[in-house]
Amino acid sequence: MKNSDNQFIKMTIEEILERTGGEIQCGAHRKFDKVDRAFCSDLMSDVLTLGCQEVLLITGLANVQAIRTAEMADISHILFVRDKNITEEMIQLAAENDMILVKCKSSMFKVAGELFAAGIKPVY
Amino acid sequence: MDLDYNIEGGDFTHAGEASSHLKKILKSLNLDSALIRRTVVAMYEAEVNVVAHAWSGTIHVNIQPDHIQIAVRDSGPGITDVELAMQKGYSTASAAVREMGFGAGMGLPNIKENSDFMDITSEPGNGTILKIVNRIKP
Repeated sequence: MKNSDNQFIKMTIEEILERTGGEIQCGAHRKFDKVDRAFCSDLMSDVLTLGCQEVLLITGLANVQAIRTAEMADISHILFVRDKNITEEMIQLAAENDMILVKCKSSMFKVAGELFAAGIKPVY
Repeated sequence: MDLDYNIEGGDFTHAGEASSHLKKILKSLNLDSALIRRTVVAMYEAEVNVVAHAWSGTIHVNIQPDHIQIAVRDSGPGITDVELAMQKGYSTASAAVREMGFGAGMGLPNIKENSDFMDITSEPGNGTILKIVNRIKP
C-alpha cells in the first residue's frame, strides 16, 4: 500500500504475486527482490529506452526476444499477463541471466491498475 | 580487442546472441554499467535490424582503452531515405517482425540515443553500414 504520506513504495515480487494472483515460472530465489517502478509494453524498442533498474516489466509478449530485450536493458523481473505460455527456451535464457519470470491470468490493464494503486511508480 | 559476429537475416531465435556475448565481455572488463547498457542496447537494436531487414550481416567490435567501436554491415535492401528512417515511429518492418515485438520505428533513434557517435551509410540494393562509437571515460 501507499504509506500515510501517499508516497510510492517498494514492493517484493512475492507481494506482487499475491496482488495479481501470479505464479513464478523461474528464478524463485529472487521473489524477495524489491521493485519500485513498473513499465508495461509489448514493444521491445520501447523497453530498451528504460534507463533504470529495480523495474518490473509487465508484458504480453511471450517469446525469447522479450527475455533477450530484458537482458540488454538490465531488467531482472518480468510479469507476463493473460496466462501466456512461457516456453522452456525462455526459462533457460532467463535462468542464464538470473531473472525471475512470473505470469498471471489478468490483463495488462488490470495488473497495471492494481500495482499503481498499491504504490508502484511508473517509469515515465 | 576485436570481436566478430555473423548475423543471419530472419533468424529471430538467435537474434541478440552477439549483443549478449558483447555484454559479457564488457562486464568482464569491469566497465561502467551505464556504458555497458548503452552500448549493448545500441548493438542489440542494430543486430535486430539486420535480422529484421537484411539477408545477412556482420558485426565487428573493436574495444580500445578509451572507446568501443561497433561496425554493422549487412547485405540487405538498404535504406532509401535515412533521414526518414531516423524519425521515431517510421518503420518498414513486416508483420512477422512486429509480432516479435519490434518494428515500432524506434530502432535507429534508440541507437542514436545510446551512442556517442553514429553514422549510417546506405544505398538501396547495396546494403547498409552502421558505425557506432561509445567513449570509455577514465
